[in-house]
Amino acid sequence: MMNAECRMRNERYPLMERAGDELRAASGRPAREISLAALAAGELTDDDLRITPEALRSQADIAREAGFPQLAANLRRAAELTAVPNADLLWMYEALRPGRATYEEMLALAARLAGDFHAPEMAAFVREAAEVYRARGLTQKEQDGK
Amino acid sequence: MTESSSRRFAILAERDINKETFVEPWPEAGLIVADSPYDPQPGLRLEDGRVVEMDGKRRADFDALDAFIADHALDLRVAEEAMAMPALRIAHMLADINVPQAAVRRLACGCTAAKLVEIIRHMNVLEMMVGLGKMRVRRTPANQAHVTNWKEHPALLAADAAEAALRGFAEVETTVRVARNAPVNALAILVGAQTGRGGVLTQCAVEEALGLRLAMKGLTTYAETLSVYGTERAFTDGDDTPWSKAFLAAAYASRGVKVRFTSGTGSEALMGHAERCSMLYLEARCLLVTKGAGSQGVQNGSISCIALPESLPGGVRAVLAENLLAAMLGLECASGNDALASHSTMRKSAKLMLQFIPGTDFICSGYSAIPKRDNLFGGGNFDAEDFDDWNVLQRDMQVDGGVLPVTEEQVLGIRKRAAEAIRAVYADLGFPPITDDEVAAATVAHSSDDMAPRDAVADLAAADRFLAGDAGMLAVADALRRRGFADVAANILEMGRQRLAGDYLQPAAIFQATHPEISDTPDTGQASILSGGPAGLAGPESKDAAMDFDSAPHPSTPATNDVASAQDASATKRAPHFHVLSAINDPNDYTGPGTGYRLEGERWAALQAIRQAQSPREFVAPHAGPASPKLVEIGPARASTRPEIVVAVGPGFNRALTRTIGGLEHEAVLAAILSGVADEGLTARIVKVYRSSDLAAIGYAGAEVSGSGIAIGLQSRGTTVIHKRGLARLNNLELFPQSPSLTLETYRAIGRNAARYAKNIPPAPVGVKIDNWARLRLIVKTTLLHRRETDEIADKPPQELWFDWEPD
Repeated sequence: MMNAECRMRNERYPLMERAGDELRAASGRPAREISLAALAAGELTDDDLRITPEALRSQADIAREAGFPQLAANLRRAAELTAVPNADLLWMYEALRPGRATYEEMLALAARLAGDFHAPEMAAFVREAAEVYRARGLTQKEQDGK
Repeated sequence: MTESSSRRFAILAERDINKETFVEPWPEAGLIVADSPYDPQPGLRLEDGRVVEMDGKRRADFDALDAFIADHALDLRVAEEAMAMPALRIAHMLADINVPQAAVRRLACGCTAAKLVEIIRHMNVLEMMVGLGKMRVRRTPANQAHVTNWKEHPALLAADAAEAALRGFAEVETTVRVARNAPVNALAILVGAQTGRGGVLTQCAVEEALGLRLAMKGLTTYAETLSVYGTERAFTDGDDTPWSKAFLAAAYASRGVKVRFTSGTGSEALMGHAERCSMLYLEARCLLVTKGAGSQGVQNGSISCIALPESLPGGVRAVLAENLLAAMLGLECASGNDALASHSTMRKSAKLMLQFIPGTDFICSGYSAIPKRDNLFGGGNFDAEDFDDWNVLQRDMQVDGGVLPVTEEQVLGIRKRAAEAIRAVYADLGFPPITDDEVAAATVAHSSDDMAPRDAVADLAAADRFLAGDAGMLAVADALRRRGFADVAANILEMGRQRLAGDYLQPAAIFQATHPEISDTPDTGQASILSGGPAGLAGPESKDAAMDFDSAPHPSTPATNDVASAQDASATKRAPHFHVLSAINDPNDYTGPGTGYRLEGERWAALQAIRQAQSPREFVAPHAGPASPKLVEIGPARASTRPEIVVAVGPGFNRALTRTIGGLEHEAVLAAILSGVADEGLTARIVKVYRSSDLAAIGYAGAEVSGSGIAIGLQSRGTTVIHKRGLARLNNLELFPQSPSLTLETYRAIGRNAARYAKNIPPAPVGVKIDNWARLRLIVKTTLLHRRETDEIADKPPQELWFDWEPD
């Protein structure tokens, strides 16, 4: 019985092979239209190589069903971050590094994630970080001593 | 150290192993690999579905790592069951082939760091290897290469990346000497790897934020160096927290890029923040942070700190243990064997076996596909000069170490094409040109010593512009497409297209590239594996590609639109198909003999076919020339009473074979022996023995008919014995087993000695050169010459040979 369980494969995976016809880029272009011919015709842009939140949520479901719940949570957070532009992503990461942001700035970041980017899971994750950072002295030092 | 008065100890002191540092454990300094007296005891208390106490620490006292592990890493649905189960029982499950991976993993995911370490405490390396073979995430093992060079030469990087891809590495990693070179180094290995074999994942190890920018530009397809540490102080000294690392992991995934964290025993001690804990306990914490952050995998096995655990007792065992812990937690494991770990080849190889034999997701988290001195990652424990050794180890043990044998011709072809491809990209993007001489040098180079220096200032300026500008993966693919590299362009574009699916974000994902014809067949997963493992198709496909494009326009000639569009059409028709293999569609289902990954079929045939392997059928021919007409068989050999020596030769003598293994003509050998006998005033009779090819039997049969009772037995390959009637068959007067060392002078001395035995004058034994390597070198030929002689055995009594020869 254990062996049978082991051999169970997700029928939707790989998405590229099993659901390739439905797969789209963040631009909306179907994945199967990404070709050298399209490139030669000057039709492709960077957004044609960007993954959609839907594809990431599908992968999150596949990971969860296969027994990788933390990876699934990461992929759900990733789905939320697809909405965040590159420059903002770099800035947000910097803010989460130790001693970079105050407690209030971290809460503001969480609020921005929840509000501007509709990223509730990531926002909760950042709020949780803010609490731990404050308790462990990992928030920005100057404004900590109140 | 004091000078040794013992000659033996003086020689031992010079051995490579004694260049290493060995120390006794010192827990207070973190210099203990496992089971520090200060390691916490396992324990877990939950209240209302929340951890309130873990490994002896209450939540109020949690540091950032404790909090992260308690809230993200532990599977609280099984935690109480797992923590209540005796560690010894879980250790048994790990070593028991009848217990499948999933049953162990379920429990491991509920264990605290101290509990994980307690399980390991019960296991020896053999049990851990069994556990690792079973717990490895992906069924198909693979390997990763490092490609860097001291001069950061783009053509050499591309050529080496292409060769690494051709050799079957599933991932290729580079890094920088000068950080500003990151975008162009990443570009060079992307182009090189996709030239060598489509679907190879590439990354550039640099500072975290820069790494993310490279991935966003599409210059890298995975990220590995997200380092985590086992104490809060070490973690923050590394300028991150578990939350910032987890954010980074999500950021990469949001761009469709695979992520693997990095940890390893010894780093906390090296950073001065081990907090008196053992290296393995701290590594268990790292792995739980990695798991909690949602990374699909980890590179561990001490990595760049490897010499530190190896300085301590049990260090190599602990490094295996950390690989096993990663696999137990369901993390893809790139299992170290990367940075220089030892001066001693014996010690290096022995350590390697702990991962090589069980197989891991990536046996090396960087096999140096370049010479050590060009490795910017810390040396390269196994490097380009060890390729043949590695291939032979795979062939010896029927183990898939993720590396394919290749020919020089294939390597030269793919290196040239990769160097030309990066030259085309440089030309198109307006970077400082790569010259014909540089392409030619990179094609045949071994190291950056073979490359002329470039203008570093101009290259760095180009790298800065490239990073700041908009050009990325699409611009690179388009440049290749327009300049006659449609196949490489198609591979790069497919790497980009794969981002849309995110299939390779799942645990332990790699790509197999296949022909469209193959991808059209029903996908059963199994078929893909039979078609050759991670790189099984690299040989035919890349060869095919190289041949196809040999006739393509020279990339330095301006490609016309006609050519480019013709190539677009052909490349579209045969667009690459990358088949992902991961924990989802290639889970490790090992449950003992006959299950799990087996190296067999086409893949095994490919790994056997090292270029050095010769056809054994050709070994005998050089020893079978025209027979000497001076030797004539004249009838059955009768026993005699004359004072003579009998020279008894084997059944193939001067017929099936005419030269000894040392290349001496049979006729000349006989003449030398007879001259020796004549030196002592005796004569010799030659008898051919047909009923055996065995030397003792030949000599024995000769002695039976010898008038003096003394005979010289001589096999056709030249092995010789002096025998005496009345001795037991396997006894003898003198034996000369090292036929390759025997010269005509020796044979003459053998003849002399035989005559002296006959005259009852005890001779000094014939001196022969002892060469203990001869057997090693010549055993195959010995076997085949003996087989040839054995084929001549016939059921007839010894025959006398007339030898038309007179002494000088």
